[in-house]
Amino acid sequence: MTAPAQNASATILPFAEPLKAVRDTRPLRLITCGSVDDGKSTLIGRLLWDTKAVKEDQAATLARDSGGQNDLGLPDFALLLDGLQAEREQGITIDVAYRYFSTDRRSFIVADTPGHEQYTRNMATGASTADLAILLADARAGLLEQTRRHATIAALMGIRQFVLAVNKIDLVHYDKAIFDRISHEFREFALSLGVRQITAIPMSALKGENVVYPADASMPWYDGPTLVETLELATVRSTQAGGFRLPVQRVVRPGESFRGYQGTVAGGSVKPGDSVVILPSGTVANVSRIVTFDLVRNAAVAGDAITLVLDRQVDVARGDVIVSLDGQPMTGHHFDAQLVSLQPGGIEPGKRYWLKSGSRRQRVAVEPISQLELATGKWQPHASTLAMNAIGKVRLSFEELAVFDAYEQNRSTGAFILIDPDTLNTVAGGMITAKRGEVGGIHRGQGGEGQRVVLSLPADLAEQLMASELFTNRRDETEVKRMTAKQAAELFSNAGGDI
Amino acid sequence: MPLSVQETEVKNPPVSRPPLDPHLKALENEAIHIFREVAAEFEKPVMLYSIGKDSSVLLHLARKAFYPGRVPFPLLHVDTTWKFKEMIEFRDQIAEKYDLDLVVHTNPRGAEEGITPFSHGSALYTDIMKTEALRQALDAGGYDAAFGGARRDEEASRAKERIYSFRTPDHKWDPRNQRPELWNVYNGMVRKGESVRAFPLSNWTEVDIWRYIQAEDIPLVPLYYAAERPYVERDGMMILAEDPRLELLPGETVQQGMIRFRTLGCFPLTGAIRSTASNLEEVIAELEIATVSERQGRAIDRDQSGSMEKKKREGYF
Repeated sequence: MTAPAQNASATILPFAEPLKAVRDTRPLRLITCGSVDDGKSTLIGRLLWDTKAVKEDQAATLARDSGGQNDLGLPDFALLLDGLQAEREQGITIDVAYRYFSTDRRSFIVADTPGHEQYTRNMATGASTADLAILLADARAGLLEQTRRHATIAALMGIRQFVLAVNKIDLVHYDKAIFDRISHEFREFALSLGVRQITAIPMSALKGENVVYPADASMPWYDGPTLVETLELATVRSTQAGGFRLPVQRVVRPGESFRGYQGTVAGGSVKPGDSVVILPSGTVANVSRIVTFDLVRNAAVAGDAITLVLDRQVDVARGDVIVSLDGQPMTGHHFDAQLVSLQPGGIEPGKRYWLKSGSRRQRVAVEPISQLELATGKWQPHASTLAMNAIGKVRLSFEELAVFDAYEQNRSTGAFILIDPDTLNTVAGGMITAKRGEVGGIHRGQGGEGQRVVLSLPADLAEQLMASELFTNRRDETEVKRMTAKQAAELFSNAGGDI
Repeated sequence: MPLSVQETEVKNPPVSRPPLDPHLKALENEAIHIFREVAAEFEKPVMLYSIGKDSSVLLHLARKAFYPGRVPFPLLHVDTTWKFKEMIEFRDQIAEKYDLDLVVHTNPRGAEEGITPFSHGSALYTDIMKTEALRQALDAGGYDAAFGGARRDEEASRAKERIYSFRTPDHKWDPRNQRPELWNVYNGMVRKGESVRAFPLSNWTEVDIWRYIQAEDIPLVPLYYAAERPYVERDGMMILAEDPRLELLPGETVQQGMIRFRTLGCFPLTGAIRSTASNLEEVIAELEIATVSERQGRAIDRDQSGSMEKKKREGYF
């Protein structure tokens, strides 16, 4: 039974030299979006195959289960990817799967998510941890509504790097004009979502052209990077720039003399001597030591799992956040957020849910405001239950003081999940957009009489301003909307005032 | 039962090492985060300890996560009584050296009903001596969370498993109905009797495990390194021939050769590979040009396609 696979592996797998993994960077997490028709399974299979992540016995199982191969002598990659019995039986992908491959420059974690519309929730799950999204388009069909939908969700979940894979380019005779048209159209759309790092690549996943290996012979007009080259050079998100954040997971007291606060740094950096504030209590202390198993360290940065020792006896418990004195997060009882509804019951107005963010769990009431119409990208007023797969804007109201950053500033302290108190299931994933005044709206903060300025800026300039400490410190007094230049022009032409 | 309320200081304080590369550091940070989160949210966690390389890495990460405190939960070893002799010796040494609470459980049906891998076939034997034994031990301990060393790159059904993998009171896994898992925010809410299996190594690959063992100088059972050992060829596998309970079948002879193991389990079900890699550097070099996956030597994965998923649904790790 294993004979066909051995034939295949003998001809396909070039095991020439050892993979010398350097890995001087963190793994890149990415998500692939597209349906079976776009060739998503083939693309991922090709990536795993050409980077030698598929071993011979796995290929043999594959060949045994598929019973046949395509005309290139490759097994049916979809079987490699669809791990669950139900998926194999029904020939569909129903859940997020994680794949691993590496090159000699870097390793990659791929969240492989199903493409059907009803699986928005799976895509949101996969996108939550991703730094980059690969969006697949069939060169024959061009951009579909589904591609726009996926790009919208990816942008909403905070992904700022897109790769458009214009697949099956061989089936349009490697026509440069077709590739140019699709990639131009996509670029325009991605820019309107606030995503500016866009790479479009013409490829044939089936033939392995421009995936791992370049295709100079068939596409002499394309001199850009292959998919893997693009992934190798992509940036991994870091939240080291903002203020220090340490959500306290547990307090460690191995004896009378030692009291440490254990957690993973969720933003910024810290060193002994720094002044910190414990939120929500507001108590101030100084850092005396950073303890890890390896040695006492003189600094820790975002991502590090550490134990922090303070210079005085203070009341700190699990769920508290230790933050830098300068550049503190927002605290309050009311916040604006966007969320994705994940379960059949939806998100009900007024119902009290558990909200978990970092290591903190607290009660919250959720009030839907509007819902994103994925087909058009427009927000429609919506105050009733947000059904499964819906993306909504909501107001959150807490009984106890809550601590957040805006998701745009910090993907860790700005993110949360909602847990249904009846089923204990995870029912929503959410992102904080802003703090809301007690009466509502930042614009009513001074009785509607305060002076405000509306600016229209190029996106790169706005991002630099928003990354500044001055802006970060007063983020909760501001409102930011991204739009195309055309939309901005309309807004300003309709606006009153001397602007 | 030791609890984290009043912890004592660790024995064998750590030694200073060169910093990890950013790739391994990121994986380590993620695993430590998961350990701390589970230990804080659950009432009675336990760590499944199978003595293999993944368990050794898991234990090392647990010691790092809770330092300078002691590991605040016991280790559970499900002993089928058919493990390699060197595994059991290693287990007892490690428990002593690191001052760990070790719980060992064997399903009494094994001895009572004479269930062995030879007499009952690998599927039934595994079901009773591993899956059922694990359920017994978890029920007896009243554990609401159990750490395991499973990795998503090991097997197709594991690629879809969550880091917090929810189990019903009878330990069933429902792959079609898993809780969504976003960012690194884990939902640790369960009802009485329900539990989670938590997998801090979910995002590690086999190469990562070996490189981490090297970087952190983690001790392993010597069977992972090649040596001259006696073996018998059976069903296309090389089975270690040193346990007197291994009876030779007609036509079988004991041979000698340089062999080692890529995974360790019950000796009658675990095949060796021919190898000259007698130390860590050589094992890693060999691994980087390997063309077969590590589970290829495992008889229990080969029973049928999708067999791991089936076992997991029934409560296997």
